[in-house]
Amino acid sequence: MSATTASTPVPGRAKDPRASAALGRRRARTDAVIRFLCMVATILGLLFLVSILATLLVKGAGGISLRVFTEVTRPPGSEGGLLNAIIGSLIQVSLATLLGTPIGLLVGTYLAEYAGNSHFGNVVRFVSDVLLSAPSILIGLFVYQLLVLPFGGFSGWAGVVALAIIVIPVVVRTTEDMLRLIPNTLREAVIGLGAPKWKMIVLVCWRAAVSGIITGVLLAVARVAGETAPLLFTSLGNLNWSVDLARPMSSLPITIYSYAGSPYEDWITLAWTGALVITLGVLGLNILARAVLRARR
Amino acid sequence: MADDTGTDTAMHAGTAASRAAADAPREGSGSFGGMAARSTASMNPARIAIRGLDFYYGENKALKGITLDLPDRQVTGMIGPSGCGKSTLLRVLNRMYSLYPGQRAEGEVMLDGQNIIDPELDLNGLRAKVGMVFQKPTPFPMTIHENIAFGIRLHERLGRAEMEERVEWALTRAALWPEVKDRLHSSAMGLSGGQQQRLCIARSIAVRPDVILFDEPTSALDPISTLKIEELIDELKQDFTIAIVTHNMQQAARCADQVAFFYLGELVEVAPAADLFTAPRQKRTQEYITGRFG
Repeated sequence: MSATTASTPVPGRAKDPRASAALGRRRARTDAVIRFLCMVATILGLLFLVSILATLLVKGAGGISLRVFTEVTRPPGSEGGLLNAIIGSLIQVSLATLLGTPIGLLVGTYLAEYAGNSHFGNVVRFVSDVLLSAPSILIGLFVYQLLVLPFGGFSGWAGVVALAIIVIPVVVRTTEDMLRLIPNTLREAVIGLGAPKWKMIVLVCWRAAVSGIITGVLLAVARVAGETAPLLFTSLGNLNWSVDLARPMSSLPITIYSYAGSPYEDWITLAWTGALVITLGVLGLNILARAVLRARR
Repeated sequence: MADDTGTDTAMHAGTAASRAAADAPREGSGSFGGMAARSTASMNPARIAIRGLDFYYGENKALKGITLDLPDRQVTGMIGPSGCGKSTLLRVLNRMYSLYPGQRAEGEVMLDGQNIIDPELDLNGLRAKVGMVFQKPTPFPMTIHENIAFGIRLHERLGRAEMEERVEWALTRAALWPEVKDRLHSSAMGLSGGQQQRLCIARSIAVRPDVILFDEPTSALDPISTLKIEELIDELKQDFTIAIVTHNMQQAARCADQVAFFYLGELVEVAPAADLFTAPRQKRTQEYITGRFG
């Protein structure tokens, strides 16, 4: 049997060592070109990033002082800080995360573990993806109609809800993706021990996907921490100290937005400082989460 | 061609087990790695009795009229080329297929007077009785101790001391205790592949099932880990009824008391291990075990 296959002539031209060498050289050239393009793209991308961060550091670091964190916003020329904006942002972003994460987690879990490719599942997935890429000012306007007009005014709560609506689709997307990465054999192993499905999801699948899900939540936090548009129509901003969620509330992005466009030198510096504070805050949160996850392992 | 003779051979094969059990004390017809002695041993009474089982993946009929006994506290090896239905049969025995819509079984699979494929059956209860070990080790993302305790907690409420005792018992039975006793509270993901597979076996037996299903349990392991698992299976059959699907015919010969050969969704032949490998009755069995196809 093997004799017949060996004696059958191989179709195509005979092997030519020079042709193979030429092919090898051509491949090496292509490899060099592709490698060069990848490097250029990487450097280009990094260049923008580094340039943004450098500008931020140069312009923002100069304004950093204790005053920024201890004084509220004041009229130009009177040594104000950003305390009310920082606290306002902290309150709104953390409440929005607390509100949006469970909803996003449950929707993502539904899509990955229950919906499969059902029609309803696909509709939910589509709507969530549309929401993910919707301009955030639309969400601001939506909440304005929903909470600001009927309840007679701008409020911190409205800002929280607007930000939570942005958090939800980010968490939905990452939760579903992370759960889908879990091999089915792991699910079968849990089911094979006689576990009901909800225990499989809560005790094993979520645990297996926890680092990815947390990454998704952090991504959402980073996204809403810098959102300005949805807050313009909801929590509005507040020049005075206020932690009352029923009233307009200050926030870093809104303050940066109004200060950066002002003609006053000290306000512009404070805007840069505020941008640096947001960036460092998000960075710090990321490092913290990574450290916690590593310690767990 | 298979369809013409299909029903005939399946019926023949179905009775083969009972016939083999009935006229058991006959001479082994040769020696296959020292297996001759086993062929004279009789099969125990059936723990699981499969009668006329059909299985469908949607429209596609994957098992055709399977009739087979899994003898109590003995090892049944299932062999056959890929896609012959042996893994499908295993997944019927703990109703794993019920996870997937479109898969269904017809016929009778009796365990303790209950038909396993009855749609009304309590599946979690069934899976406490019929454990499963998979091709790839599937440790849960938690500590070694938690991996074992997880299954126990699903079905029993144990005090702390009892739980410790049970965990140690299961790990000891799975021949893993000496290797992990000092690191029970570190992650199971840090174990080697062979250790992970023994952990999965320990996790299964911790629930104290009657039957354990092994789906190609060593195909992802190195030869030494494979040997350990095979020795373990030999140990475990004192207490558990075992079914093992394998692509490795030597493994079937080494581990199994009874071997069933599947082809194209039919059970072609079932016989004591030594008989099947030395004196197969069916031509297709002979061709498969001599490497003519598959």
